[in-house]
Amino acid sequence: MTARPEKSDRPRVLLVDDYPDAREMYTEYLEFSGFDVIGAGNGLEALQRAVDASPDIILMDLSLPVMDGWEATRRLKADDRTASIPVVALTGHALAGISEGAKKAGCDAFVTKPCLPEDLVREIRKILDAPAASTSKKARRSGRYAKSS
Amino acid sequence: MPVPAAALVAVAEPRRAAARGNGTAALYTGVPRVRVAVEEGGADETDLLAARVRLLEGFVARAELSDCTQLALQWLAEVLHLTQSICLIRPEAEQVLYVIGSYGIAGSGIASYTISLEDWNNPLVPAFIHRKAMFFPAPHSAADRRRRPSTPFEDLPFHAVPLGVSGFDEDAFGLLLVGDTRPLDADFHWFASVLGQRIDQILRQQALTEGDRRQGRERSLLYSIINAVTDPILLTDTEGRLLIANARALTLFTASEEESEGRRGAVRMNNMLLSSALSSKAIEETAATRRELLLVNPVDGSDLVFELLSTVTEDPRQGSGVVSILRNVTDLRRASEEIEDNYRKMRIAEVQARAESDRLNLIIDSVADPIVVTDAGGATSLMNEPSERLFTIPMYASEIEQRWVQTNDAHFSSFIAGMLVSADQRRVGEIGLVDPKTGEAMPVEAIAGKILSEHGELTAVVTILHDRREAIEKARLYEQLKQASDELERKIQAATADIAQQNELLRRQAIELEQASALKSQFLANMSHEFRTPLNAMLGYTSMLLQGVAGAVEPAVKRQLARIESNGRHLLTIINEILDISRIEAGRMPLQLSTFRVPDLVGEVKAELEPIILRSKLAITLDLPKDLKPITSDRQKVKQILLNLLTNALKFTHHGGVTIAARLAARDRRLSLSVTDTGIGIAPADQERVFEDFRQLDNSPTRAYGGTGLGLSICRRLAQMLDGEITVQSQVAKGSTFTLTLPTKGRK
Repeated sequence: MTARPEKSDRPRVLLVDDYPDAREMYTEYLEFSGFDVIGAGNGLEALQRAVDASPDIILMDLSLPVMDGWEATRRLKADDRTASIPVVALTGHALAGISEGAKKAGCDAFVTKPCLPEDLVREIRKILDAPAASTSKKARRSGRYAKSS
Repeated sequence: MPVPAAALVAVAEPRRAAARGNGTAALYTGVPRVRVAVEEGGADETDLLAARVRLLEGFVARAELSDCTQLALQWLAEVLHLTQSICLIRPEAEQVLYVIGSYGIAGSGIASYTISLEDWNNPLVPAFIHRKAMFFPAPHSAADRRRRPSTPFEDLPFHAVPLGVSGFDEDAFGLLLVGDTRPLDADFHWFASVLGQRIDQILRQQALTEGDRRQGRERSLLYSIINAVTDPILLTDTEGRLLIANARALTLFTASEEESEGRRGAVRMNNMLLSSALSSKAIEETAATRRELLLVNPVDGSDLVFELLSTVTEDPRQGSGVVSILRNVTDLRRASEEIEDNYRKMRIAEVQARAESDRLNLIIDSVADPIVVTDAGGATSLMNEPSERLFTIPMYASEIEQRWVQTNDAHFSSFIAGMLVSADQRRVGEIGLVDPKTGEAMPVEAIAGKILSEHGELTAVVTILHDRREAIEKARLYEQLKQASDELERKIQAATADIAQQNELLRRQAIELEQASALKSQFLANMSHEFRTPLNAMLGYTSMLLQGVAGAVEPAVKRQLARIESNGRHLLTIINEILDISRIEAGRMPLQLSTFRVPDLVGEVKAELEPIILRSKLAITLDLPKDLKPITSDRQKVKQILLNLLTNALKFTHHGGVTIAARLAARDRRLSLSVTDTGIGIAPADQERVFEDFRQLDNSPTRAYGGTGLGLSICRRLAQMLDGEITVQSQVAKGSTFTLTLPTKGRK
């Protein structure tokens, strides 16, 4: 789970989750699925990693220690260096208003946990493969919000 | 002279001659016979006749009485030789005979000789009165002398012959004294007769002319008097013809030809009115009559009212006539009408005043409060009945009653006295009276007002007394009422405060309940989150193991992993459903309206359940109208309901198939989506219960079908949120139809 500073051909995913089992599980499956994965345990760390490693996509759990996912997303989107990276909110909270808050904070997509690893991969691919991918605005406009049931 | 004297005389007195009867005619007829006295040595008959003619001619030529007398006495001396004579005349209405002429009498006393007719001792007076000629011979003794009247003849014998119109009853008017002793002959008598007639004639003429003049003066005076009278005065004959009229009458009853037709008409009218008024009654009644006569004023045509006063006058010469005096009473009438009118008005006013006064009395009497009217001197001039009870001693009053009344009177008098001396126009005071009937103290409020005349003089004081007892009692009662009310208010305030406190308590409890409810929802949400996190890892790793991420697995292990996965999913469903219920209850599942096509939605639902459908081996039939228009609703919730209904249908059906149908109803305003299966069905008694929370018909621990029992309960809640409903129709062992009906144009 050490970050690799050099950029490979594999798409790089920044996975932010404070629950280690989940983080490890998704990392294992994403790497198995051909992604380069950088992990972060809280919002502040996520900001640092995003600047350092320039990921292609960020998977952001919202309930995080130190700095929560909403605040981290707001800061990412406010920073020129990271503003263009799509952010997928990933949360076990299913209460209404959560997705709204995430959208307001700048998230480009929303995925509810529990989310099977293969579903998550499908979602990531969908965002990355979208034409003129990786512009957060575009992603937002196309309304790519998915919620697994 | 060709005309005989007798004829002249006859001519001079024609009427009188005619008026004499035959009995007296002889005297006259004797005159023309001209019996001539032949005297010794005298002139012959022819001479005498000529002398008589001469005398008569002299008479005709002389109009003066003295001239005629003188001529006659001279003729007497010359012709009949009676040389001493005196002629006396009695002026009319005098009792004295005066000398108007004498002949042959010396001395100056003759002029002042008179005979008083009242001197009955004078023998000449009876001679004159009785028209009896007398002869007084010369006296022979003193006694003779005494019997003789005193005359200018003194002791000479003389005749006294009365002069008068012979043969008449009238008094003599003169006396002729002739001094001679011879008896008087016929010639003398002729002479006396002629002289008497002539004197009479002259006297009459004198009287006549005098009378004429006087009459003329009197007449003109009369006329000017009559004319000066402003009332019309008329003399009419019995036929109503106008004989005399004064100036005022002329304007009413005469009009010349030059005057206007209107005036003449008025005059004609007036004449008619007058003559009818006079003819009808005035003639019949000799007494003066008064009546009203309405005439027209010819000057301006106005009505004039006259009082007609007519008197019938009898005049032997002129015949009878009617003197009428008209008194203009137009103004009088007007004035009298006015007076009458005023009187009538006064009467009416008086009646009204009396009625007013009666009414006032009634009003004053009907006022329950005592009213007393006092004059400027402080004496009571009027009081109503309630006052009388206070201030007058009733009949058969007991001594104590009398004393109370006197006390009242004293109190009131002192109040009035204070009022009278003060300058106040009004005064309000309290007087402590006593009810004379009961002796009970009776405080009254006295309101007194001064009534001033228009000159500002005090004429009366009106005092109204108001019994304060009731007011005092009322005030007492009011005070009690007020106390009770205050008490009540205090109690109400206390109660209100209590209620407010209770309310506050309730409010707090409500808030606490709300908070508790919110906490419950929050707790459930957190629980759900906390459940999901480990479940996420469990399902994730299971899935990875099944996919062989960590290397291939044995088929037996794979089967066991599949069991873990399926149970994990069931647990997730339960967690999700609990979360849904809590979200709905917490109002945290808002409507998200969008317009979508129903077939797309049905397709999605079918696709999501594809693995179960395949497993169930049931035929799924879609019965959707081709032209179904997109509907507006919460797509997610409709989908959730359909998923649930279809899952149930698949779960409880072992043979046959499931049909999903859509129908429009209520003029396309509502859409019903039904899911019909050929499954086990629901008994009628249980059909409503399937929608209750955590209700599964088979509640045994070994029940054949899984699920939380929350599915239909959630569906019904969601349908209500969509302004729709879910109904069921079912037959046991035949199958069930669940129908969602919702508006095609949903609204928040």
